[in-house]
Amino acid sequence: MNRVKLALPKGRLMSETAALLDQACWGMHDYYEGTRSYRVTCEKFPDLMTKIFHEKDIPIQVATGNYDLGICGLDWVEELIVKYPNSALIKLKDLGYGEGAVFAVGIRNGENSELDAIKARRNTVRLVSEYPNLAESFALKLRLRRFSVFPLWGAAEVYPPDSADLALIAATPGATTFNHGLRVIDTVFSFGACLIANRDRWESHDLSEVLQSLEDTVPAWHQSHFDTKSAPKPINDDSTENGPFTPIPERVVRLALPDGHQQSSAVALLKKAGLRMDDYPSPAGNRRPAIVGMEDISIKVIRPQDMPQQVAAGNFDLAVTGIDWLRDHLYQFPDSPATDLLDLKLAPVRIVALVSNELPVSNGYELRELWSRRAAGIRVASEYTNIADSYARENHMGRYRIIPTWGASEAFLPEDADLLIENTQTGQTIARHNLKIIDTLFESTGHLIGNRDSLTDPVKQPVIQRIIGILQRAVEN
Amino acid sequence: MDNTNAIQKCKGTKDLTPEYMKQFRFIEDTFRDCCRRWGYEEVRTPTLEYLNLFTAAGTLTPGQLGKVYSFLDWDGWSGERVVLRPDGTIPIARYYIESGSEKPARLFYVSNVFRFGTTGTETREIWQCGAELIGAGSVNADAELVFMALEILKSLGLKDISLRLSHAGLIRSILSRLDISQEEKTRLLDRVLDGDIQALVDAKPELARIITPILGAKGKSSGFLKNVLVLLSHDFPELQQTLRDFTDLADTLDNLGVAYEINIVSGRGFEYYTGLIFEFWSGDNSIARGGRYDALISLLGGKNIPASGFAMGIDRVMQFTGDNTARQPTVIGIIVKPLPVTGSLKEAFIAIEALHTAGFAAELALTDSESIKTGTKWLLKTSETGWRFSLNDLNSGDCYEVATISEVITKLKA
Repeated sequence: MNRVKLALPKGRLMSETAALLDQACWGMHDYYEGTRSYRVTCEKFPDLMTKIFHEKDIPIQVATGNYDLGICGLDWVEELIVKYPNSALIKLKDLGYGEGAVFAVGIRNGENSELDAIKARRNTVRLVSEYPNLAESFALKLRLRRFSVFPLWGAAEVYPPDSADLALIAATPGATTFNHGLRVIDTVFSFGACLIANRDRWESHDLSEVLQSLEDTVPAWHQSHFDTKSAPKPINDDSTENGPFTPIPERVVRLALPDGHQQSSAVALLKKAGLRMDDYPSPAGNRRPAIVGMEDISIKVIRPQDMPQQVAAGNFDLAVTGIDWLRDHLYQFPDSPATDLLDLKLAPVRIVALVSNELPVSNGYELRELWSRRAAGIRVASEYTNIADSYARENHMGRYRIIPTWGASEAFLPEDADLLIENTQTGQTIARHNLKIIDTLFESTGHLIGNRDSLTDPVKQPVIQRIIGILQRAVEN
Repeated sequence: MDNTNAIQKCKGTKDLTPEYMKQFRFIEDTFRDCCRRWGYEEVRTPTLEYLNLFTAAGTLTPGQLGKVYSFLDWDGWSGERVVLRPDGTIPIARYYIESGSEKPARLFYVSNVFRFGTTGTETREIWQCGAELIGAGSVNADAELVFMALEILKSLGLKDISLRLSHAGLIRSILSRLDISQEEKTRLLDRVLDGDIQALVDAKPELARIITPILGAKGKSSGFLKNVLVLLSHDFPELQQTLRDFTDLADTLDNLGVAYEINIVSGRGFEYYTGLIFEFWSGDNSIARGGRYDALISLLGGKNIPASGFAMGIDRVMQFTGDNTARQPTVIGIIVKPLPVTGSLKEAFIAIEALHTAGFAAELALTDSESIKTGTKWLLKTSETGWRFSLNDLNSGDCYEVATISEVITKLKA
């Protein structure tokens, strides 16, 4: 099959990529911000097979050969090849937009922010990042004696200095200020949107038509991003209103509240519980709100996906997150001190196993039977890699492989995955993407989770019990 | 993508076949016997270690650390990674520190180390034999290791063995005089160790008068080191002591008639070493290397304890030892064949047990058509008439009727 396959980004680069392709007269009417379709037709190249992915998935999809070409930020390309230098990826062209830089960020607190001071430390240096491979490589290059890397789904900037020592953060010029006196202590690298190709396809197939069209359109085709003039400057906003960070007293109870989809139901519950929130939700994007009148609790707003590991590592005592994410965590770390405390009954969803409607199977058993006659293993895509792994094992899926995804997972079926483990609220998305449910794993709601060791801390224990009591009454009413 | 459903071994790994294992055991056993005779004791550290053991040691480069097999353990929620041991010496140093002993220790190990190779053709699991002498830190200790290594290599039957000596402290000291970043120093060091002395001269022209005669020459006796000592006495007073040790060692080797070549610039990969480095060659092939690593134990949080050691890769050595299967201890092989009648199998097993106890190799014939493998000397058949055996000499074709198993054994011993 000689159809050229292209992976396009959703999210940050979407509108500019759409503008570029529009200028090249590709006629991709379904590629716009807020589109509900993950498959895009192209009037100019009717044979072009195009799908929309989360940016982070694109280098992987191109490297594995599922796609010939892809457009994504160079940051995600680097994140892949720093760990897997043999990836079959070729960086073809800088596209001239989507500039940003990855910074190592720490606290501005006298000498403590200096790299040398961090390097000299004998205890564990905690790094957080959406780019765990780059963070590890950064730590190795600094020759840190002892470090831990916590991969994050987002909100890395709110972790230092109390929940992490260093954060590796992507920032776009002018768009981000690091609050609470955080400052850039090293620029890891600058990046922009780029066109990448699968090496084998590049060497063996004619992709020239598509490339020529982009070549003619991208104005500054040859201008490199690594030109120092165009590189974003480190953002050190000394005049930030937040001022320097005031250390959190050691024995306060540290609570994590969710951003994103779970936020509104969490806000409603806190209100029902009679807790007066200061700046949650925050129109300005403040991630350190407070409960009025409760000084013994300190709050941070982070991604629900990141909470179980953060609670387990002792960076938080309590968190409000979906039980799906706690389960995923416990499949990876069975003895983890992160534990379920209270079902808050927030935002119920079902965790389901999905296949394409075209497959003649109606349950896991039939899927397995169908695949037992095929040469290749079942490809299981999921944001919940550990739940998916456990599901595949428990259902004796044989030679399966897990494909971690970062959202837009429905797009993977049927070409790039065979089975999807995903959450669903109403089932509408499933129908729209021509998928069907073959199994329901469990129902997930928002829970209060906590660190088992914090529950036995004499200072924290009464505060935690009080919060559990308040929330329990709110749930029951 | 998958193009085959066949089960196969992991990329970069290899099965050690029965033939390979015979060679492997020969090398391992020779190494073990030698070490024990020199008073060394065997230790076996875990395959899993914390990644921070190797980051803390500071002796593996970021590039090497980027190629370790690391992962989060089942209790790795704190982000603490574990690795499949990428090195043999660092775990031994860790063990020594953790044992709490401050006494000198003579330790040896035979273990596998794991390093990712990007081509997929090189083996990612490498078996090593190594010996460490911790806490002695004298010329005598270095000399002991050199002699022990030499004895092992001779016992292995390696031909054309030569010895090259170098000194890590010397290059480090010269590099320390350069006003360049640590990273640039590391890069420069790699170039120098690849033989590019000019790179160093370019970086510090005023040192050319030292660099060329010292790094560009190959010394054949302790006299060379005495010459070097004079050249360095003014600019590098800190090297006087270690160079005197080096000279003493060379003197000892001279007196014992051991030929060597002093080549300060001899090969990469000596991140640990702080002083003497010795490397054994068989013809044009580097076989084993070792040296003094005085800083490692303190880097890992232990006391300031000197140490030396050496290691050799089993796979590497095997390429030059030739076929040693003939050196395996030979035992007389007997194949025991029961008749297809009730009670005969029991009789065969009793016979085999008795033969094993008497020190013979005996195995059961499983099928009629089974070919008798080479090395088997006798065929013992149980008979229909109870405690009766027929013993066939497979070489001569002679056949004996024997009444009891003890008579069989007497016959075999005769």
